[in-house]
Amino acid sequence: MNKINNLIYLDNAATTKVSEDVLNAMLPYFTQVYSNPSSVYSFAGKAKKAVDEARVQAAKLINAGAEEIYFTGGGSESDNWAIKAVCEAYREKGRHIITSKIEHHAVLHTCQYLEKQGWEVTYLDVDESGMISLDALKAAIRQDTVLISVMAANNEIGTIEPVAEIGKIARENGVLFHTDAVQAYGHLALDVEKMNIDLLSASGHKLNGPKGVGILYVRKGVKIHPLLHGGAQERNRRAGTLNVPGIVGFGKAAELAKAHMEKTMARETQLRDYLITRILTEIPYCRLNGHRTGRLSNNANFCFRFVEGESLLILLDQLGVCASSGSACTSGALDPSHVLLAIGLPHEIAHGSLRLTLSEETTVEELDFVVDGLKKIVARLRAMSPLYEDFIKGQKEGDCNVQ
Amino acid sequence: MYSEKVMDHFNNPRNVGEIENPSGVGTVGNAKCGDIMRIYLDIDNQGVIQDAKFKTFGCGAAVATSSMATELVKGKTVQEALSVTNKAVMEALDGLPPVKVHCSLLAEEAIHAALWDYAKKHHIGIAGLEEPVADIGQREE
Repeated sequence: MNKINNLIYLDNAATTKVSEDVLNAMLPYFTQVYSNPSSVYSFAGKAKKAVDEARVQAAKLINAGAEEIYFTGGGSESDNWAIKAVCEAYREKGRHIITSKIEHHAVLHTCQYLEKQGWEVTYLDVDESGMISLDALKAAIRQDTVLISVMAANNEIGTIEPVAEIGKIARENGVLFHTDAVQAYGHLALDVEKMNIDLLSASGHKLNGPKGVGILYVRKGVKIHPLLHGGAQERNRRAGTLNVPGIVGFGKAAELAKAHMEKTMARETQLRDYLITRILTEIPYCRLNGHRTGRLSNNANFCFRFVEGESLLILLDQLGVCASSGSACTSGALDPSHVLLAIGLPHEIAHGSLRLTLSEETTVEELDFVVDGLKKIVARLRAMSPLYEDFIKGQKEGDCNVQ
Repeated sequence: MYSEKVMDHFNNPRNVGEIENPSGVGTVGNAKCGDIMRIYLDIDNQGVIQDAKFKTFGCGAAVATSSMATELVKGKTVQEALSVTNKAVMEALDGLPPVKVHCSLLAEEAIHAALWDYAKKHHIGIAGLEEPVADIGQREE
């Protein structure tokens, strides 16, 4: 348990703690090397050198060339840029995009925006585990398809999409492939060469880096217009004074993630499976959302029938546990998460979802505390749930019929 | 996000449970939107609400408004209970975030549904009580 805040933080898919090493790497670039890397004097050169190093670090994690990495203001900007600017650059080829129903809103809403501009978008269905169908993808490709955008791993249910297979299909059909890797970058092995990825979005704060900085990888030779105009930064492709401390932090975080990935994944997978097993065996009427094994090593997502997600979150918060839910009430909308609906859950079950996302610091003791607390919370909420009352009465009546 | 009163009624909800052989019971809401409320009333021969209980599937505000609504109708006559509007429930809870106002509407509707059930069972009319809609979402549309 985090002794300072008395917190058990299990919302690492929302954001992560900046690691000490990352912070220490960043600090000199606030007060000492504060120069604008675009300037001419040698003082600027130090900042430029740091940015160049970070670019190499960011590239190495996905086997890209440093010149193919563009620093942005975060994952949402990268997604917006990739989709809007590629579509604009290739509009003479056609007006069709393929994506999936479970993308992050940064992708979905961008596609919806393009639909209003006259683009056609195919939203691929996913199966019960959250995987797209490669056959459906192949069938959706048309002569005028410009871009396929499918996420590397889902932010809610953790399911890992068949990125290499998608890349292969895209390449064979001469269609560009963008992947939103915001949850996957630094958390699982990605190789833009082997996987035929043409564009890839990532965000610093999902891998113990700072907020407000991300990357867009753009394969050499892929045409992309700038999203932001107004300066020659990032080879004329992304205007704005470089966020040097943020970029340095991103690079350091990428370097650390690469160095520790195997170890972290192995440890998290063990903890995740421990958590999943305990919850599924000890709490009745619950289900695991997402793929049982083909999921991010730090992601567990459940639905507890007859209870509502926001109530769960408030009671967990009172135990000092930070988690999240795909319930409508947590977002102010009436519908629960589009991801949970896309994997086929009925509304009332989707409202009772809980996402727990671990970090390299999570311990078994923390998970035990959470499961023990969760058992009581779920029982308490069910005791006041009319849905549970009806279910139990229905069961009793069912028993009578048997006799 | 929530007032202290809302948190208090969420953490220590009053009147959770069922009433056996209730004078009236009403269930409103829609699992699709994530809120279902059921209110049970025990009403004596003089038409006074002796007891009220609830069960709710929903967010913090849904639980708190159910709790407060049952508190407010207890001891009131059937006629007086009609004055327990969603505004009255919200005020008693020191307000709700704008996105949660529908929870208070649901609480009002649940009371009305229970009263309607009571009136139907006893073949009486309650002045000013209209047949409630089970699904608040439909009314808003």
